[in-house]
Amino acid sequence: MTDPILLRARGLKNSRSISTYLGLGGYSALDKALSMTPGEVIAEVKASGVRGRGGAGFPAGVKWSFVPRDTARPKYMICNADESEPGTFKDRELILCDPHMVLEGVAIASYAIGADSAYIYIRGEFVDEAQILAKAIAEARRKGYLGQDILGRGYDLEVHIHRGAGAYICGEETALIESIEGKRGLPRLKPPFPAVVGLFGCPTVVNNVETLACVPHIIERGGAWFAGIGTERSTGPKLFCVSGHVERPGVHEAPMGVTFREIIDDLCGGVRGGRKLKAFIPGGSSAPIMPADKVDTPADFESVAQAGSMLGSGGIIVMDETVDMVWALENLLVFYAHESCGQCTPCREGSDWAVDIVRRIRRGYGRPGDIETLHRIARFASQGMTICPLGDAFCGPIASFLEHFGHEFEEAISKSSSIAPKSLPILPVRSDRELFGI
Amino acid sequence: MTDSTTSPLVVASEEEVADVTFDRSMEAQIRGILKRYPDQGAALLPVLWLCQDRWGWISPGIMEAVAKRLDLAPAFVEGVVTFYTMYRRRPPGKYLLQVCTTLSCQLCGTSELVEHLKHKLDIDFGETTADGLFSLSDVQCLGACGEAPVIQINNDYHTDLTIEKLDALLDRLAGR
Repeated sequence: MTDPILLRARGLKNSRSISTYLGLGGYSALDKALSMTPGEVIAEVKASGVRGRGGAGFPAGVKWSFVPRDTARPKYMICNADESEPGTFKDRELILCDPHMVLEGVAIASYAIGADSAYIYIRGEFVDEAQILAKAIAEARRKGYLGQDILGRGYDLEVHIHRGAGAYICGEETALIESIEGKRGLPRLKPPFPAVVGLFGCPTVVNNVETLACVPHIIERGGAWFAGIGTERSTGPKLFCVSGHVERPGVHEAPMGVTFREIIDDLCGGVRGGRKLKAFIPGGSSAPIMPADKVDTPADFESVAQAGSMLGSGGIIVMDETVDMVWALENLLVFYAHESCGQCTPCREGSDWAVDIVRRIRRGYGRPGDIETLHRIARFASQGMTICPLGDAFCGPIASFLEHFGHEFEEAISKSSSIAPKSLPILPVRSDRELFGI
Repeated sequence: MTDSTTSPLVVASEEEVADVTFDRSMEAQIRGILKRYPDQGAALLPVLWLCQDRWGWISPGIMEAVAKRLDLAPAFVEGVVTFYTMYRRRPPGKYLLQVCTTLSCQLCGTSELVEHLKHKLDIDFGETTADGLFSLSDVQCLGACGEAPVIQINNDYHTDLTIEKLDALLDRLAGR
């Protein structure tokens, strides 16, 4: 594999300090960006083709260009460090290794959209990571890379940290905005999109940590250089977070378009204990599951979509031949039932209902119509029936588990006893006793 | 992020937080928080964090005081506190064991850790030991799946856990 770009500081001594970052050429991209016009910065990022690394894969430069230029209202930049998609842990790694790379990306993006305030929204559990960022912000301010009149070029920027408090849904950009405003994290109806009406009613751009970490490199070495890495429409290096049944789990950097086999076998040392691969989830738990025979699919947005799933956040969960798929789906559904914000009926009720059914099947009380009911839930709660994509996020796993491993569900149902359980699960779902109780 | 740095939570009793006022240092911190936002209501989450750090949990009395300070309806503040899972509405033990139960951790053996913990501490999820030392809770993905299984104790992540490592850790925290 090529030399790491995003993880270049991993393993270095004091990799988090500003002196290490400056030693690697850090903040020269900010200086360069400030010598360009915001339009030129956006054009360079557009030319790079960098697509959102948080899961949606929307081109970042295009997102920035939606911000109206001729408005008197303030504009806001938000760095999304909520990282709560199961199987995803790359943003934490970036913050732990190289917080200044993220900050430089935030500063360049803020300049490009004309924001003089930026917020880093970090999940509440990341207490140490929030402190690392706070320290980095203080260092950068002292050295004149943030604050008033940055590098003597007349641009002012304040970066603030806003901690979440435990809600998966706040990774969705409009829920995140609500959360910064001090409200419950309920996603907003779109349009209007945040680029027009966002934080405090003002134009706002929300970008993932990894997307922003790419930005200094794009400005420094040019959009064309970045576009030369990876595939034609999925450009640049990507962080893949591999967890589950592999020998060496962790965050690995590779160009887009590397195959899942290369990631699992070469980067991660293969399936744990020499066992056989059964299936893998390619892009965080919301991405439909892929069976082992699709392991040669290239990991880029188009190829994974063509194979029936999505690259998402690049969180790869690997499962070996011992995994019971009914159990695995139940585990994922418990997550979504717990994290549904409750605004839309199909998602709120559908997720709990699906947990009930799959749990019943696993416990040996499946019924002949259960699979059809699961398909119906998946149809009713997805494809635009809910305000945000959480409906799709739990329906994708349902549909794909049934498509590829439906025989395991059918087998469990065929072995089921017709005697109904004495106590039905109680809503709302809590994972504890139910999950471990059997 | 080593276990030796995990400090116990400061946990106020129910009487202590039945009715609270903000002292001078907290008031100064609240003013600092308010400067970060153009809108006063946006300070709600950080101010609640400040209170939880100070008293260990968010009592109804704290919610009322926060509502008054930020000029919000108490019911609105309660709505926010109950929406987010990390604001504790009951006093926890000194060490809050938050076990990640999502898929990657489960694939790497969380169930055995949970069985062991429940047996050893003789409590279930959502409960606190009689001596007030440990609370056990199940949480959703902590975002450290590459180092599964993961347990967050107070603010610190403890990763790649085994039953032996967990036992040694709990003994240290209990001061044995």
